[in-house]
Amino acid sequence: MKLITAIIKPHQLETVKEALEAFGVHGMTVSEASGYGRQRGHSEVYRGAEYQIDFVPKVRMEILAEDDDAGPITDVILGAARTGRIGDGKIWIIPVEAVVRVRTGEHGPGAL
Amino acid sequence: MDAINAGDTAWVLASAGLVLLMTPGLALFYGGMVRAKSVLNMMMMSFIALGTVTVAWVLWGYGESFGNSLGGLGLVGNPLGHIGLQDLLSADAVMGPAGHQIPTLAFAAFQGTFAIIAVALVSGAIADRARFSTWTVFTVIWATVVYFPVAHWVFDVATPTHLGGWIANQLKAIDFAGGTVLEINCGAAGLALALVLGKRLGFRKDPMRPHNLTLVMLGAGLLWFGWFGFNAGSALAATGSTAVIWMNTLVAGAVGMLTWLAVERVRDGHATSLGAASGLVAGLVAITPSCSAVTPVGAIAIGGLAGAACAYAVAWKFRYGYDDSLDVVGVHLVGGLVGTIGIGLFASKVAPAGVDGLFYGGGVDQLWRQIVAAVAVLVFSFVATGAIGLGLHRAMGFRVDRDDEMRGVDLSEHLETAYDLVPRGGRLGVGSAAQHLPDARHHDGHEPTPALAAIPTGDLR
Repeated sequence: MKLITAIIKPHQLETVKEALEAFGVHGMTVSEASGYGRQRGHSEVYRGAEYQIDFVPKVRMEILAEDDDAGPITDVILGAARTGRIGDGKIWIIPVEAVVRVRTGEHGPGAL
Repeated sequence: MDAINAGDTAWVLASAGLVLLMTPGLALFYGGMVRAKSVLNMMMMSFIALGTVTVAWVLWGYGESFGNSLGGLGLVGNPLGHIGLQDLLSADAVMGPAGHQIPTLAFAAFQGTFAIIAVALVSGAIADRARFSTWTVFTVIWATVVYFPVAHWVFDVATPTHLGGWIANQLKAIDFAGGTVLEINCGAAGLALALVLGKRLGFRKDPMRPHNLTLVMLGAGLLWFGWFGFNAGSALAATGSTAVIWMNTLVAGAVGMLTWLAVERVRDGHATSLGAASGLVAGLVAITPSCSAVTPVGAIAIGGLAGAACAYAVAWKFRYGYDDSLDVVGVHLVGGLVGTIGIGLFASKVAPAGVDGLFYGGGVDQLWRQIVAAVAVLVFSFVATGAIGLGLHRAMGFRVDRDDEMRGVDLSEHLETAYDLVPRGGRLGVGSAAQHLPDARHHDGHEPTPALAAIPTGDLR
């Protein structure tokens, strides 16, 4: 099993979620995140004092998948999250050792 | 017994309520401007003044401000003159000109709300780092040593049977609703306290963005609403003059907002919501002393000057390195000076005060009186507040320690957190509530469901 983590622009969340549902992904975990990559942050001005804001709001999306599904799911996210402008985010995939469904105690792929 | 005027009395009592609302409004205005970790403490510094200053006012403050001047010097009223306001309960305790008399107790209530917000205003200079217990003591001492006497100087008008304050009666400077008593006084006091406490950790380095600008705008709106009581209520009557004052209060707030935004748009590229809230307050600060002395066109000039001047003045703290956190100096001291000295320039005989300023052919006669009053209050307040601040700092400690400041004064001073946006776990079971719990150790009160207890928990692979 794999854990797919995608950092995307907050306003792309709905588009990505719909594309994943259409593909057959049943669940995901989403959290608010902040960070920066090559685009760096932006500046804000309060009573004339300018602040450089380094961390830009992002959404972190986490999806557990079987090994064979990880590639196609990544492609779906890629297609839906891309705007072509700087700051579109990143996706990475890591192996998962164990998964358990809390309600039933099932483990392995059956818990996905 | 003289007959009181019901209309005038109703207006003064309603105005007292309006001014009282300004203190919670100020709490929102200030509270939104600090970081999320100190919003409760910021608001509590205003709210505690509603408690402490009210009690001091009733017991000795009203006497200090409006009792007979001690020795006839015009410096401080007799603090024992109206203890407990007992003597004002009589139906004979009335004041004002014939036909416009109001109960003196209504005046005492109205002026008490001024004392409360004056103390609360100072707190903006020391956001994020003051010990709450020391601040609480400070509210009483500062009101007693600084505010009550200065209110006597400026607001206590002499009568044939009453000795009043020196600025009102000897100097004859005009300060209708408190440009010196409130704004310059609080600004100078804020500067002194900011210097006593020192800079916040990370000042001029870390971003200290306002955490909630919607609170700031709501607070600014409530302040403007209350300011109609502050200024127009100070007429102590519901007359044509009161209407002039009301209109000037509207105009100066409006134009102060516009000029502040104009400065921002030109200098920084964008007109901001914080600029709108700050600009309208700057305009209102400046019209506070001058609302009876200028025409609505004069109010445009004074409000506009204040909005623009304060928009520049808020940058001084970064240039000179004093951490007046929420710009009590930049907005209240500077706006107060613009309004108080502006009377000497923009006053017009057709306004209720009936004096011409320099630009209206009145020469410098009023101007120098205004400058003397402004400087006297500024210097006295700065020196006296500095002394009180240093004394309290030595006796009790005025600043929280480094770790508490980093974690936030909401937690260290009040054991509370303003926002519970992400549940952080924990359980009830400590403190005075614990004795009422059925069993403090098993907070959920039931055993695991038997059917699920059988699920294997080993070998998860």
